[in-house]
Formats: sequence, structure tokens, C-alpha cells
Amino acid sequence: MSTALPVPGPLGGARVLAFGEHQPANVVTNDDLAQRVATSDEWIRSRVGIEERRIADDTESVESMAVIAGGKALAASGLAPDDIDLVIVATCTQRDQIPNAAATVAARLGISAPGAFDVNAACAGFCYATGLAADAVRGGSARNVLVVGSEKLSDWVDWDDRSTCVIFADGAGAAVVGAAPAEENGVGPVVWGSSGERADKIYLRENRYLYQEGQAVFRWTTTELHRVALQALERSGVDPSELTAFVPHQANLRIVEAIARKLGAPQALIARDIVSAGNTSSASIPLAIARMGGRGELPSGSTVLTLGFGAGLTYAAQVLRIP
Amino acid sequence: MAQHTEQEILAGLGEIVDEIAGVPAAEVTPDKSFVDDLDIDSLSMVEIAVAAQDKFGAEIPDDQLKDLKTVQDVINFIQKQK
Repeated sequence: MSTALPVPGPLGGARVLAFGEHQPANVVTNDDLAQRVATSDEWIRSRVGIEERRIADDTESVESMAVIAGGKALAASGLAPDDIDLVIVATCTQRDQIPNAAATVAARLGISAPGAFDVNAACAGFCYATGLAADAVRGGSARNVLVVGSEKLSDWVDWDDRSTCVIFADGAGAAVVGAAPAEENGVGPVVWGSSGERADKIYLRENRYLYQEGQAVFRWTTTELHRVALQALERSGVDPSELTAFVPHQANLRIVEAIARKLGAPQALIARDIVSAGNTSSASIPLAIARMGGRGELPSGSTVLTLGFGAGLTYAAQVLRIP
Repeated sequence: MAQHTEQEILAGLGEIVDEIAGVPAAEVTPDKSFVDDLDIDSLSMVEIAVAAQDKFGAEIPDDQLKDLKTVQDVINFIQKQK
């Protein structure tokens, strides 16, 4: 008779210990874009709500931006590199499929031999990765996990296509997830899902350029996704009135505001990071949280609802407590 | 779902367009083009279609939406779906 293999545990809680972010230095304004394609500052502001975005240069990559954001989160957490047992990089814009980004990022941060893998759930990637990180901590597979969302969307944009080049941008955001007593659990259950029958709504045209059916994506996000967000609140036992902030993926300001209106949380601060950061896919949520935190908008203990959504179609939501 | 008259649909669309795009309902007349006359963009058209579906129970899919240029086009589409 075989004996059972050991169950890790006892199962405790998990919490985010720190956030970090990085944006490339190069600012691209709407007027800059208007010199290249037929568009205008007024048109871009009214359609997508973006005023300026950051675009990486040739010296920067998904990995290099992830290293800077991850390094900031690690430093802010007070942990040593070797306290990290697992590195997860959420990205869908890495230039080379092999090797993955996570192992390189870990090595550059001086983290010796952690588990390291990438997650591609497009713009929902950070929520997926954070859910996996918390599960790894709670399940005993890792003491601490570094989660990074890093994207260089500019590599996949047709800069002569005015319907996409005004939206997408580059950047990275990171979080360190560590153990907590169960009664101080600070990462709520992740609610995730997909809709693969609508895979053709966002894809790489000619295997090269990001393309999306704007109207279909707008209808999906503004009519269906508030239910995912509300489900995440319910599963965390958080009433909408208790929310400090709502930080959805920064896809388009009109999508952000349309979903926010359906939450029934008028007191909650709504992340509008897209105005100055553009759409940075999996990086947008941690980037927004880190920047809001940097401005003092998210005091320690704040309850934040995140909601990622994008190509796949994929989506995920969860409640986080701010460290 | 009760049948709506053309006048009821027009009045309903006027309210919807006012709420979503801030265009006074009185300006929403059958001959007006959403894009050219009322200055409504493609994303607002989706919002209007969703609101019209809630109000009149007639679904307007995205691939049909692009062919509905004028207020009269939308009225006809909603009436035909009944």
C-alpha cells in the first residue's frame, strides 16, 4: 500500500508586500503622433482618453523593464533576493519566445535559481499571475513570489495605423507576494475566465501587428465585465461601498469609466492612469497601483479591486489589500 | 414585447442619444446621420445600440450596426426585428 505524499502546510494567507513600476523615459504626445498619422490631440482624448504615453527605445526590452520594476518592488518589500522562490512574468509582447523572460529577470536581480515562468493571458496577465503567486504561497510551493507585468507593445504596433498606434504603450509593474497569517490574507480569490470563441476580436494581423475590433471589444468590456468584477468582490466578502479604489486594466478611458459606473461604488477612486501612461497591457494594473500609491492615493490597508481583460479573450479579477 | 410605434422609437432614441452623447433629443430626427450630423463616434454607437436593446428588446449586432447610418435606419431595423 502506498502512503500519501506530504501536503504542504498548514495553509495560511498571502499578501502583497510591495509594488514597483518602471516607465521608459521617452514621452510621446498626441501631437507627436499627429505628425505621423492623420489624427489629432482632440480626437485621441475624446476617443480613448490618452494625453501622452511612454515608448521604449531600442535599448529597452520586456526583460529590462521587468528588471527595473521588479527590483523596485523587491527593494520596497525589504526582502533579500534569495527570499524569492518563484518569479512570474506576465507578458504577451516578448520578442523572443525562447528563452522565457522570467529566468533572465530573476538572474539579473540576483535571485539564485528560483522557479521562473511566463504567463500569457494578454492584458489580464497580471491578475492571473497574482492569483497563481498567492496560490503558490498559500499552498507552500514558495515563501515569496515576484510577479511582474512587462510589455513592449511598441514592437507590435503598426505606426501607420491610427486606430492602434494612439492606444498602445510600454512599461512594467511588479508586486512581491508573501505569506501572511490566514486572518490577514490580503489577496482575495481570483475570478478568472476566457471566451476563446471570440479569439478573432484581438489578434496579431499578418502575425505582426496588433489589431482589435474596436466596437466588439467595447461592447464586450462595457456590457459583461462588471459582473466579473462584482463576483470578485462577492467572493472576497467585500461590499462595493468598502472599496478604496477600482483599478481595471487601462484599455481605454471610456471602457474604464463605463465599467466603473456599473459597480455601485461611487466613493471608490477610479484609476485613470491611461491618461498619461497609455494602454500597457499586463503592466497597466500594477503600474497604475504603484503610481497611485506614489501619489499617496492608496494608504496602507486600502482595499483595491483589480480587473484585467484582453486578447483570448481572457479576463480575471481579484481584491488586493495595499501594503 | 409590445410593438413600438415609429414615434415611440424616435422619442426613445432621442432620450438615449441625449444621455450618451449629450445631443439634445430634439435634434434626433429621422433624416439625421449619426456620424455626419450628430457627431457620434463608433464607440458611442455601440453604447446607443446596447441602450436601444435594453429599451426596445431588439438586438443590433456590431456587423449590422455599421450599416445603420441614419436615425431612420435604426428605427426601421428595430421595427423589422419585431
